[in-house]
Amino acid sequence: MNKKQKNLLARIIVAAVLYVPVFLISEGIVKLEMPRWALFLLFLIPYLTVGNDILYKAFLGIKNRKVFDECFLMTVATLGAIILGEYGEGVAVMLLYQVGELFQSVAVGKSRKSISELMDIRPDYANLLLEDGGTERVDPDEVEIGSLIVVGPGEKVPIDGVVEEGSSALDTAALTGESRPRSAGVGDPVLSGTINLSGVLKIRTTADFEESTASKILDLVENAASHKSKSETFIAKFARVYTPFVCYAALALALLPPLFILITKIGLNSYSGAGEVFRDWVMRACAFLVISCPCAVVISVPLSFFAGLGGASNQGILIKGSNYLETLSDVTTVAFDKTGTITKGNFEVSAVHHNTMDKARLLELAAHAECHSSHPISLSLQRAYGGPIDAARVSEVEEISGHGICAKVDGTKVAVGNERLMERLGISVPACEQDAGTVIHVAADGAYAGHFVIRDELKDGIPEAMDALKRAGVKRSVMLTGDISKVAAQVAREAGISEFRAELLPQDKVAAVEALLAEAQGGKKLAFVGDGINDAPVLSRADIGIAMGALGSDAAIEAADVVLMDDDPRKIAKAIAISRKCLRIVRENIIFALTVKALCLILSALGLANMWLAIMADVGVMILAVLNAIRCLFVRKL
Amino acid sequence: MKKTYKIDVDCANCANLMEEEAKKTPGVKDAAVSFMTLKMKVEFEDGADTESVMQDVLKNCKKAEPDCEIFL
Repeated sequence: MNKKQKNLLARIIVAAVLYVPVFLISEGIVKLEMPRWALFLLFLIPYLTVGNDILYKAFLGIKNRKVFDECFLMTVATLGAIILGEYGEGVAVMLLYQVGELFQSVAVGKSRKSISELMDIRPDYANLLLEDGGTERVDPDEVEIGSLIVVGPGEKVPIDGVVEEGSSALDTAALTGESRPRSAGVGDPVLSGTINLSGVLKIRTTADFEESTASKILDLVENAASHKSKSETFIAKFARVYTPFVCYAALALALLPPLFILITKIGLNSYSGAGEVFRDWVMRACAFLVISCPCAVVISVPLSFFAGLGGASNQGILIKGSNYLETLSDVTTVAFDKTGTITKGNFEVSAVHHNTMDKARLLELAAHAECHSSHPISLSLQRAYGGPIDAARVSEVEEISGHGICAKVDGTKVAVGNERLMERLGISVPACEQDAGTVIHVAADGAYAGHFVIRDELKDGIPEAMDALKRAGVKRSVMLTGDISKVAAQVAREAGISEFRAELLPQDKVAAVEALLAEAQGGKKLAFVGDGINDAPVLSRADIGIAMGALGSDAAIEAADVVLMDDDPRKIAKAIAISRKCLRIVRENIIFALTVKALCLILSALGLANMWLAIMADVGVMILAVLNAIRCLFVRKL
Repeated sequence: MKKTYKIDVDCANCANLMEEEAKKTPGVKDAAVSFMTLKMKVEFEDGADTESVMQDVLKNCKKAEPDCEIFL
């Protein structure tokens, strides 16, 4: 508890201790005669002890012309009760109200703290390597870029850097939510927030503590809470209208029915006098005021979103705003980039067809012809060959852009390229109806020698991810790619994606997304999933831009609205599921709080609820709403 | 220019009131208050004197909610 809370607790205890005996006297349980004014003064002491700040704030509110707030409500309610002679009830209400305020303050403080602690993946020290080889434990803020730090087994990496010495496995769960260890050796980059598992690592830092990944992620989630969702703005507007409305309603309740009764004399006989009529209705109005406080709803909504953002971040899903968390639940269309998102982006030789010579020999010729090229396709040929490349065997290399490469390997004239190259050389290409993919033909000494089919592999878990998305309510999945139709069709089929648009230039992708947006009906949203780096315009055009595999990529984190830190496509469905859970809890809280309040308001207007019930209803609803909101944190199993 | 300040405020409603007051203060283009993180993000108008504008923001916020604090 902080100082303010401790002070409040002390005042509550003192007031309660002073209140009880006076209450017993006033109720006649303790037989002690005293004049009314003495009783009044005795009640005044605990009242002022516990309620002085409320009265002062109400006064300030009137002075600053911001009349209608909670403190005003409470002051009017309790003073009203006291003026009517109900000293005991007035003081009790103020006491209980402050108890409720204390509960609220402590509950919110605790949940804020536990969510923040859960999200704080940064260690609070770094082991700086000293000249003599020893280490000094320092504040990570003090470590300059380029320094050497030591991270032992079990310790968290405090600052981003590159491994200078040692090798180990790292647990990236804090950043990605997955605990499958990643190995790191000399020259590998390591990110802050990961846990070093086995070996000692000497790391040369490449960033400040504040600029390291773990700090940036924390900043991102904190900032995200400032991007208000529609629910939050609605609740804020609601509270602004609600409080003055209730004040007027209470005023009406206090004045109109009694005036009506006294003037028309209907129902007058159930009262013992005119004063009694007013007293009854003013007391009802006071209880009305007490129940009307909207705190439960106003607190629980932002808390739910904050917990949702924190829970998602622990799963490696960074959502950059509460508004995006909200929009995710309305997503029914998902568009995917192909290369690097659905596929691994590294080409592999998947088949050799129509070869007139032994496969290995064909690969050897092709790999050597391509040995000077760093095109991904050339690299895949070299990888498939697997043997050492001797550039001395290759001569007269001629690269024809858009076609391929001609070279002399071991004296043999080799041509490696696409259909256009074969056409140019006058070599006929046999038709091939098998697997689609990029086809690279090889000719040796002017004769067709065979072709390779080069494929881009699907990422792991793609078909499951698509299933999960369907279960999460995504009705349409579309793949967008610059690749040729045949390849796109095959990849889409294998991945389980229902539609695709192929042969798209970059600007076509934006147009494709716009067309899909127009087709989405009734407020349903579209998400685009890409690798973030070259998809920036499409990411911003979509309702939600999701970047995958962003661990370590600043550009991707900047461009997207939702960032999946690891490469797991199943996280897309998880993000949607988290969003739905969060919104469901928000809705539950709003409906629960408003319903209970409305019920109590009606009961108090009818005279069936007194102020004790009023306070219980207020505090009880608030605590339940806060507890329910914290459930948004628990999203691991989704 | 955007700046973020730490704040202290007791209830979520008060945080909303602070946000409203900040937005209305001259020199402030936009403001966002997060009750959960106890931070206020302010985007200033071009050429505004951030220090004096924040003093005004603090004054206005205190009128709406006497118990609030902005750590300037």
